[in-house]
Amino acid sequence: MSSTAYFDVDGTLVGTNLLHPTVYFLANQASVFKSARRLGQALLGGPMMAVAELRDRRLFNELLFSNFRGMTEDRMHVLSSEAYEQTVAPRIFPGTRDLILKCKDAGMRVVLITGSLDFTIRPLAEELGVEPSDIITNRLEFKDGYATGKLMRPVVAGPTKARLMVADAKKHGHDLQDCHGYSDSYSDVPMLSVVGHPHCINPDNKLRRLAKAYDWPILDIETPSRVDIVRA
Amino acid sequence: MAKTPHPCVVTIDHRSKPRALFSGTRVKEYNLPVGSRVMYPKAPMTPLNDVKAAVRYAINHPLGSEPLYAMLRPGMKVTIAVDDLSMPLPPMRRPDVRQHQAEVVLELLRDYGITDIHFIIATAFHRPMTEDEIRHQLGDAIVDEFYPERCYNHDAEKPDGLTYLGTTAQGIDVEINRRAAESDLVVYCNLTFVPMNGGHKSMGTGLVGYRTLKKHHNPATIRASKTYMVPEDSALSDKMVEVGKLIEEKLQVFHIESTVNNRMFDRPLEFLGKNEDELSTNEARGLKALIRSLEWLPQPARQAIFEKVPAPYGVIGVWAGACEPVHEACLEKCYEQLLVPIHGQADIGIFPVPYISPYNVHSYLNPLLVSVMAEGYLFNLYKGEPLVKKGGTMIVLHPCSDIFDRDQHAAYTEFFHKLLPRTRDAKELHKKYEQEYSRHPGYIQMYRSGQAYHPAHPFYMWYWGENGRQHYGRVIVVGADNEYVPGILGYETAPTMEEALRMAREEHGSDPAITCFRIAPMLMADVTVDEPAESSVRVEEKES
Repeated sequence: MSSTAYFDVDGTLVGTNLLHPTVYFLANQASVFKSARRLGQALLGGPMMAVAELRDRRLFNELLFSNFRGMTEDRMHVLSSEAYEQTVAPRIFPGTRDLILKCKDAGMRVVLITGSLDFTIRPLAEELGVEPSDIITNRLEFKDGYATGKLMRPVVAGPTKARLMVADAKKHGHDLQDCHGYSDSYSDVPMLSVVGHPHCINPDNKLRRLAKAYDWPILDIETPSRVDIVRA
Repeated sequence: MAKTPHPCVVTIDHRSKPRALFSGTRVKEYNLPVGSRVMYPKAPMTPLNDVKAAVRYAINHPLGSEPLYAMLRPGMKVTIAVDDLSMPLPPMRRPDVRQHQAEVVLELLRDYGITDIHFIIATAFHRPMTEDEIRHQLGDAIVDEFYPERCYNHDAEKPDGLTYLGTTAQGIDVEINRRAAESDLVVYCNLTFVPMNGGHKSMGTGLVGYRTLKKHHNPATIRASKTYMVPEDSALSDKMVEVGKLIEEKLQVFHIESTVNNRMFDRPLEFLGKNEDELSTNEARGLKALIRSLEWLPQPARQAIFEKVPAPYGVIGVWAGACEPVHEACLEKCYEQLLVPIHGQADIGIFPVPYISPYNVHSYLNPLLVSVMAEGYLFNLYKGEPLVKKGGTMIVLHPCSDIFDRDQHAAYTEFFHKLLPRTRDAKELHKKYEQEYSRHPGYIQMYRSGQAYHPAHPFYMWYWGENGRQHYGRVIVVGADNEYVPGILGYETAPTMEEALRMAREEHGSDPAITCFRIAPMLMADVTVDEPAESSVRVEEKES
């Protein structure tokens, strides 16, 4: 393999965002009371997260995942496959599997690079045939089996994604000019800027404008392809 | 001995009016030197009165095969394959001749109790047609009933979407659309607009995948083709025949081919096909008004003027049956309409490049397509000998604006701005870059679910001009709005026709033979010479 295809996940390959699995975890605590308490706390932090989302994606990630503080590692692992089945699997875009397949056909290594947590991404990686060692995700810090609510460093978001990609490509001996990057979000412009073949998938308005200015390909993987409709 | 020129070949004298020539979406007037020859399209041939009746007659009186009805049995699986919208140019006024063909076939299939019917648009690596475009081509009744489940575009990149049929004696792997391969009968509905359309190319290109396409869409094959508008002079055609014969060995295919006259413009713009010296007063005023309007209108509006009005092409023949006799009959009629005889080659050829090509229907003719038109189509639109001598000068009229349609021609942009500046050598591009780019996952996705041409297509477009590129000594663009686009293409620029001719005379002396190929409407040069040049002999193909 002479190059790598780096994929953002939420909004790019699946129609979820970081909130979907998080809410699932919070809403599925050991008792209804605990679930209600955690969801209530998360709601109270909503406005702050909204501001953070506008200013700094890394801060948003840290605020969002702080809601996991006190949850047991066992429970999170048990819930992760359920969360995947309930929230992520139904929202995989129709063209996702074919796009990943085409990357592999072209001899590329496929890497998922996302602000989501490792245990929520592993089932998706397995479904898409991505090696477990080829996912770059956020990881929660656990102490004595309980989540501290903090993210381990480096926090995967914004410019850090680009830095991690540079290190990953170097590790595998790939020239980033030959590598491909895929994202839906303007916050991922750094990761798209370091590869030789940036792509936007269902981009937000700011990213779409940028993509048009720089002639970055804009892909649609939500619409069934020419004949998928027949297969369906 | 001097031969009497055909009425469509006009020699410019001191009383001649300026010639109105296309330059992209504009029409401009140019004074050509006295003694220059201008080739005009022939007048449109009289169309058939009842096209459906002609289709019925053709399928009941086929050439080289049994009638369509004799091939039918209840419960069989039938695929009706149809050309895409790349021909004719511009798209013809409804009903399209392929709608007539498809409706007649469908009616017959129903009479025989056949219900498993799919329509596949044979796009190969072209962009998919939209629902509206399919509606335009096949009519409301078929689209309402079959689209999208049983009427769709061919997808050459669908995993497991192709079936391997075998390998030809010359080593071409043939894989074809799975639905077509699994059908008991394929009926191909065609419109041959120029002689390179139709025949074995219909199935051998339209419904295959990269594994097959790369064997005939390559620089070596194009270089070995003297002209790809004449089957016997075309290595490209030879390979299509090879592929097509293998397909027909494995599948039962019934071909319907048709051709149209060259009535490209309707009455208000009909004067565009005429000799400027013979225009009536009203037509001359109309021409002036059009030229002025196009001068001040913005580009999208100019494009819209030509695109919004479908062409009133008239069908002049329909044939059906086995591929080769059908295509032969169709080509004969096509040549009858298009060929304009001319004796003697020119030192300098003047070629207006209009706003449209087969690859930019409903989008802008980008710089790569300008080169396809100039060194590809316009060079190859001849029979006999090339219109311009080997090493001659081609003068191209086009603004060469750096505009690419992001949806349709995304991969073209990268090809043009990233690869062409590295090398214009088609063989090097083929060898070093085609494999990688043709597998580009992002562009393939745009081809499959968007409106884009396949990422291998810009390579094919560059190869398309390869025999013209090898033939001309130099290409000079008149009217370019920038220097760098022609530079990337390897062209020189001149601000005016006078300056371009002055530059060309440096090569060809003070009294060069000048011929202007006044397209559009469509025409083709039938060039005879006293003694064919050595270089005109078709060269043997050497695989790169």
